[in-house]
Formats: sequence, structure tokens, C-alpha cells
Amino acid sequence: MRVLVQSKPFDYGAECAGFGQGGRDVGAVVTFLGVVRDDSGSLARMEIEHYPGMTEKAIAAIADEAKTRWQLADVLVIHRHGTLEPGEAIMMVATAARHRVAAFEAAEFLMDYLKSRAPFWKKEIGPEGTGWVAARDEDETALSRWRPERG
Amino acid sequence: MIDVLYFAWVRERIGVPRERIETSAVTVADLVEELKAREDRYAAAFADTSALRVALDQELTEFSASLSGVREVAFFPPMTGG
Repeated sequence: MRVLVQSKPFDYGAECAGFGQGGRDVGAVVTFLGVVRDDSGSLARMEIEHYPGMTEKAIAAIADEAKTRWQLADVLVIHRHGTLEPGEAIMMVATAARHRVAAFEAAEFLMDYLKSRAPFWKKEIGPEGTGWVAARDEDETALSRWRPERG
Repeated sequence: MIDVLYFAWVRERIGVPRERIETSAVTVADLVEELKAREDRYAAAFADTSALRVALDQELTEFSASLSGVREVAFFPPMTGG
């Protein structure tokens, strides 16, 4: 398992090429790339703030949780902070498992939790000024599907 | 003494990223009330705590949580990673 929190760019192709391979029990690798999107049409850049120390711990805890829920051969999470421009890679998730359902589900689980439980905050900077990206209700709803049913 | 950290717009409203605070507050909610009474910038930042999250020693928790033995408190808006 690797968790990287960094300001510098990462090489998605190189990370994917080397991931989850070499073992005989891996039948499925899922990779996801998150890219800075320009919703307003005038986004100059995005500044991503994080909580050094807690960020690494929170992501590791989320990845550990994924490993207990699904039988994963490997997990990789890379998340950038600092200044990013539209079109730049902001984060990636990769999961390796015996079967594809586990790899897909674990990747979605990681994405849902990273969105609202990893301490990152996005600020958009454009010609009209700056604004913090607000958390969305859908992001909280997305988490509820992973919670155990309560009788 | 306790380290208090602020992130995103909470940091901007309060004007500092972190500070050391002498407090006898028992819970996070008590600490928030103490800070709000200090200065307007704290009152502005903590006006609606339902819009805020809190972490104690880098673990997410509730405003009702006890500060006993805690070294670091962090206040921030809901996270927007991914």
C-alpha cells in the first residue's frame, strides 16, 4: 500500500504501468485519475490546502478500511496539494484484486471517502475573484451506501 | 496550553493558521464559546458550527467531545478532496 501526499506532479502512466503486477493472484487492476475541471469557464487556477499530518493518516485509515472490506492485493493513493491549473492531474487511486468487482468497488469506496473525509480544501481563483469550493450534499449521500445496514 | 489550528475560510476569517491558547474549556463546544467571546473575528468564524468540522489530535470528532489530554484542535469547513 502506498499513500502519497505531494505538491509535485505525478506520472499517471508510470504509476499505472507498475501497479499491482508481478503476483499470480491479481486478476483485476482499476485505476482512476482525478483532473482539475473548469466549471465556470474562467478558472485560472485552483489552490488546494491540506492538513499536514492528518491528511496522510486519514488517507491511510481509509485505505486500511478498504483492505478490510475487500481482498485487495495492493492499494495506491496519490493526492496533490498546492496550486494546480485546469486540466492538471490532482489525484489518483489504484486498486488490485483477484476479481474485478472488488477492484471497482474498493476504488469507488476510496474516492467517496477521499472526497469528504480527507482534509483537503479547494479554492478556485478566476478573474472575478476567489471562492472556496463548498462540499456537496451528494458527497455525503455517496458515503451512506458504504455504511453497514442498521437493524 | 493547547494548539489550535484553522484551515480554509476559517483560517482566513480568524487571520492566523494556528495559535497556542490557554484554556480551561472542558469540551470543544466550550472552547468555541470562549473564543467567540474574545473577538469579533472568532465570532464570525464560529457563527454557525453546523458548517464546521473539528479534529482532535488529527482525528475527526464532534463538538461535544472532551478536550482532556488533547494537544491539538483543528477547525475547518467540510472537506473537499478528490
